[in-house]
Amino acid sequence: MSKLADPIAATAAGPVRREKLARALFRFRQSRLSLLGAAIVALVLFFALLGSVLAPYPDDVRGSVSTAARFLAPSAAHPFGTNEVGQDVLSLTMAGTTVSVLAGFGVVIIGSLLGTLVGAVAGFAGGLVDEALMRFTDLVLTIPSLILAMAIAAALGPGFENMVLAISLSWWPGYARLVRGEVLAAREEVYVTAARAIGASPARVLFRHILPNCLSPIIVKMSLDMGFAILTVAGLGFIGIGVRPPTPEWGTLLSTARSYMPDYWWTAMAPGMAMFLAVFGFNLLGDGLRDVLDPRGRR
Amino acid sequence: MVEPILEIQGVRKTYPARRSLFGRSAAVDALKGVSLAVTPGESFGLVGESGSGKTTLTRSILRLEAPTAGRILFKGEDMARLGPKALRTLRARIQIVFQDPYASLNPRMTVEEIVSEPMLVHRDILRLDRAGRRDRAAELLALVGLSTQHLARNPHEFSGGQRQRIGIARALAAGPELLLLDEPTSALDVSVQAQVLNLLIDLQDRLGLTYLFISHDLAVVRYLCDRVALIHSGVLVEEGPTREIFDAPQSDYARMLLGAAPKVRVPPATPSG
Ligand SMILES: Nc1ncnc2c1ncn2[C@@H]1O[C@H](COP(=O)(O)OP(=O)(O)OP(=O)(O)O)[C@@H](O)[C@H]1O
Ligand SMILES: [Mg+2]
Repeated sequence: MSKLADPIAATAAGPVRREKLARALFRFRQSRLSLLGAAIVALVLFFALLGSVLAPYPDDVRGSVSTAARFLAPSAAHPFGTNEVGQDVLSLTMAGTTVSVLAGFGVVIIGSLLGTLVGAVAGFAGGLVDEALMRFTDLVLTIPSLILAMAIAAALGPGFENMVLAISLSWWPGYARLVRGEVLAAREEVYVTAARAIGASPARVLFRHILPNCLSPIIVKMSLDMGFAILTVAGLGFIGIGVRPPTPEWGTLLSTARSYMPDYWWTAMAPGMAMFLAVFGFNLLGDGLRDVLDPRGRR
Repeated sequence: MVEPILEIQGVRKTYPARRSLFGRSAAVDALKGVSLAVTPGESFGLVGESGSGKTTLTRSILRLEAPTAGRILFKGEDMARLGPKALRTLRARIQIVFQDPYASLNPRMTVEEIVSEPMLVHRDILRLDRAGRRDRAAELLALVGLSTQHLARNPHEFSGGQRQRIGIARALAAGPELLLLDEPTSALDVSVQAQVLNLLIDLQDRLGLTYLFISHDLAVVRYLCDRVALIHSGVLVEEGPTREIFDAPQSDYARMLLGAAPKVRVPPATPSG
């Protein structure tokens, strides 16, 4: 029966929401660079999903070796050449997108969740809780993240999940500080006072009134961080902690290619460019999102 | 004598000194022993310069701030003694309308969410289900002169006057008896001020509300309030029926406030050219 009251919402909410979305899209579209970023990110996500299926030499992705085809220079058959065991570099790079992007996502999501929780509690509770949490955050922040991640990965052992966990554990402090600052500012807003005056519980005030108004900078930071997370994942792969071969991953590919530089330069080309593109794309997208969601941060 | 709905007894509030990057800020005595009583159904005006402690008093009444000393009684009950549950119940009975309608509405919520939130928070008292809350939200909007089609909109789509109406609807949602009005019209255009004031007068007649009306616009206070108190840097300087204060101010501060206000004289009943 309560459905009967709904026509009001259907007629009013529809156009308004659509109009707001249209306005945001318009602002986003005005910037060519954000669109380019979105396009690159779409491409990266596309390969993350379908890279290993679309790879021209799927057998190479699965680890097959052909010594006869070692170090072939770029050609029509192998646009980015072959590596030291005769595998097609383009195929490996395409397939490597999956691990790199998944790991990047994992890091950013776990890191932002952890950081948001710590920062929100610190900023909202204030006093001793704030003091303790932020000292701990600063402590983690002073340790270079790659080294911390290496230490954690070494302790947990290699592997995809451990790598993601290791990087996330060094990644959250940035979010904690960002969110704490946002919460501290939002806490003083009049509408938050209004919510308290209504009798809303602290949890309601935090989750319904404060956090939703801190969301935009978090999303922007997540998008900007995606690129760096992918780089860090590759960095761990480069040092040899992280995903085990034969699973292709950009950092590992680069690391192997390094030993054959500069003679067989093409082995580093595809993974390097892929990484550059992904980082570039996510950063442009993040900048564009900031313009739409968080106009304060605009230059 | 009628029992006061709100009784403030010797309330003091000192904001402690704070250390910051730029040195120490001294402690601020925002309220230095304020006592007043508001009787049910009246409009009590509180007038004072900027920084005289008016907002601090409303925050203390709502117990968003604990007074440093003194007692605040609502219908004879000491608010400091209330447990969390009783305090929450009390917050359905005292509500506030804020000065700045641009800041007092959560930009991420729709009007319906804003107006129904008090009903949600106090659902154990009001006993409204989803449909009931929606109906009452529509009813409240109509009461403050907005329409149902505004329910799904966000605050930023409204003018200042309309936003203040939404703020008033939210304040009324839980069925309060006492409404604190902290300069509810000072952020609005003059033409809109009159509309909102008339709405407030109309609502008081219809709902039998008690108002604690804060303002530094004496013309408005004179128009709306039965009694007035003048506050000056945390101290009540003068208190009494509006007519008396305006006709025969006792203190220099009162004369100063009255002198600073634009003269609103009723012209003598002579034909004018
Ligand atoms: N949170 C706070 N911490 C420290 N001092 C404060 C705080 N809030 C208010 N004050 C100080 O208390 C005094 C009274 O402030 P209050 O906001 O109550 O004045 P007001 O009468 O409402 O002024 P206005 O008319 O400008 O709104 C001022 O001197 C102010 O600086
Ligand atoms: Mg004030």
